[in-house]
Amino acid sequence: MYRYLRLTRTLEERLVALYRQSKVIGGLFRSLGQEGESVASAYALQRGRNRDFLSPLIRNLGSMLVMGAQPIEILRQYMAKAASPTGGRELNVHFGDLELGFLGQISHLGDMIPVLAGIALSFKMRREPRVALVYIGDGGMSTGTFHEGLNFAAVQRVPLVVIGEYNYWAYSTPPDRQFATSRLADRVRGYGIPAVTVDGNDVLVVYEATKRAVEGARGGDGVHFIEVETYRRKGHAEHDDQHYVPGDEIERWARERDPIDRYVAQLVERGWAEAPELEAIDAAVKAEIDLAVDTCLDEPLPDPASALPGVYATPATTDPHWYRSL
Amino acid sequence: MPQVTYLEALRAGLWEEMERDERVFILGEDIGRYGGAFKVTEGFFERFGASRVIDTPIAEAAIVGAAAGAAHMGLRPVAEMQFIDFISCAYDMLTNYVATARYRAGLATPMVVRGPCGGYVRGGPFHSQNVEAAFFHTPGLKIVYPATARDAKGLIKSAIRDEDPVLYLEHKWLYRRIKEDLPETELLTPIGEARLAREGRDLSIVTYGATVWKALDAAEQLRKEDNLSVEVLDLRTLVPMDDAAIMRTVRKTNKVLIVHEDTRTGGLAGEIAARINEQAFEWLDGPIMRVTAHDVPLPYAPTLEDFVLPQTEDVVKAARWLAKY
Repeated sequence: MYRYLRLTRTLEERLVALYRQSKVIGGLFRSLGQEGESVASAYALQRGRNRDFLSPLIRNLGSMLVMGAQPIEILRQYMAKAASPTGGRELNVHFGDLELGFLGQISHLGDMIPVLAGIALSFKMRREPRVALVYIGDGGMSTGTFHEGLNFAAVQRVPLVVIGEYNYWAYSTPPDRQFATSRLADRVRGYGIPAVTVDGNDVLVVYEATKRAVEGARGGDGVHFIEVETYRRKGHAEHDDQHYVPGDEIERWARERDPIDRYVAQLVERGWAEAPELEAIDAAVKAEIDLAVDTCLDEPLPDPASALPGVYATPATTDPHWYRSL
Repeated sequence: MPQVTYLEALRAGLWEEMERDERVFILGEDIGRYGGAFKVTEGFFERFGASRVIDTPIAEAAIVGAAAGAAHMGLRPVAEMQFIDFISCAYDMLTNYVATARYRAGLATPMVVRGPCGGYVRGGPFHSQNVEAAFFHTPGLKIVYPATARDAKGLIKSAIRDEDPVLYLEHKWLYRRIKEDLPETELLTPIGEARLAREGRDLSIVTYGATVWKALDAAEQLRKEDNLSVEVLDLRTLVPMDDAAIMRTVRKTNKVLIVHEDTRTGGLAGEIAARINEQAFEWLDGPIMRVTAHDVPLPYAPTLEDFVLPQTEDVVKAARWLAKY
């Protein structure tokens, strides 16, 4: 788990460097401070081909890496390379792998809840012992599709685990402008779904809570909701200067509640790992990312005409407009 | 050959596909024990059981989203909108999620969303809509709209077997109004092919859905009263549209009237006219004219609804005008 935490943070730091060199096309979205809950919740799934399944949001890079997404795929996506998983059609972490069990999100928050309810429904219909997990934020939980999808899943008792991320900021909007309850979990219990709130920056706590929920869902007891309290230490995207954040909130969360620092302390205190081992992992992660950047940095963008095929299975392609051949 | 209604043909097609392929399942509001608001799925719950005939909450976005998720995993969902008017509640899910899935992520989403459309039934503004124009604009969705019992069956079967998401628009005015002899053998209507509903020489009417029947009635009246020979093309599939069939009839008669039940502004007739203009301009002997609903929400009172919607008499008058041009 430590490796995935470090991989997530180091990969994002490298992306910041590439962003500043104008190598990243478009925005860059950080999960700084939230890596713990993404990695730990995904880690509680059964991973491998055609096993459990998840759908990340923009700040769940860590969960994708756990499921088997490769750093070079993330880099290629952010740089819109021809060889990226979407061939330059979609941005950043918006991609998936059905076999490895992760599905790329669309930007319309809440929409992945019904879709993952449907994926979980397929597991139930085929009596496969598989579980689907989906992330939603404190902002995304205001959408209609979230509530429609969650209720549908609850009624159908499908094997779905929902991770609700209370990270204090939906772009610039604080929780008290999104909902009138104090906890996300309070809003979910009304659907007949067991809901707990946990410290999202304690990796072990998130892992254990998710594991319980996942195995409950696998056993046939329906939907589970886990609210993870965490903190978004960067802006909505790299351009956002966070002027709306009061006082020294960011520094305090960084100093006192960083999920990686806390996990390292736990590992060392409990004698599960020693500093040199962790440093070796850090070095290996850095080398892996160096190699990935070197490999893809100068790769080409997609061939322009590759924009046309694949809207439908049939017809296989769309024709260029007539004036393009004049 | 037994006589079957449009609705029975649709039901038979759906039933046959569920018998043929266990991946096919249906979901929607009141479709189970109740058999659906129009009884399209009557008997399905008893035959196929609760796991393949799923009664859902009133939540169109969840119905469509869940269908998409199941389709990604290899199932073949058919989602019912109780009235097609309510598909607007799933507009985001269809246009942003479903329609883009293959293009942006290589995701197969073989699913059908079907539901009763259209007016002439005193349904008022929210039980009479035609929604094709709202989805016609979005790349990634196919749209079929059968006018006959044969195509009601043939197109639902083809839609279910198609690898792409298909909107299957069925007209409730036709449900029990038309009957046809249908063969008991396999019936598949290819998606993307129009049907020549009536041959003629003097003028072409391009149409689809319920107005195919208005156009056919008009054509018969024009033959009797004006000795005009009117050709009627039933598009059957709206996306992908059969341009070749449209241009064939334009080149044959050189005059074209486009008729649809949907409102005029931004309706499909405008797009069809643009295609004819681009592909067959030199074959035209007159302007491309439209007969459509007026640009108002569809009112309830019979006098109002009849005034707003295109009637056979409107088609007759417009065709006479164009024939003389």
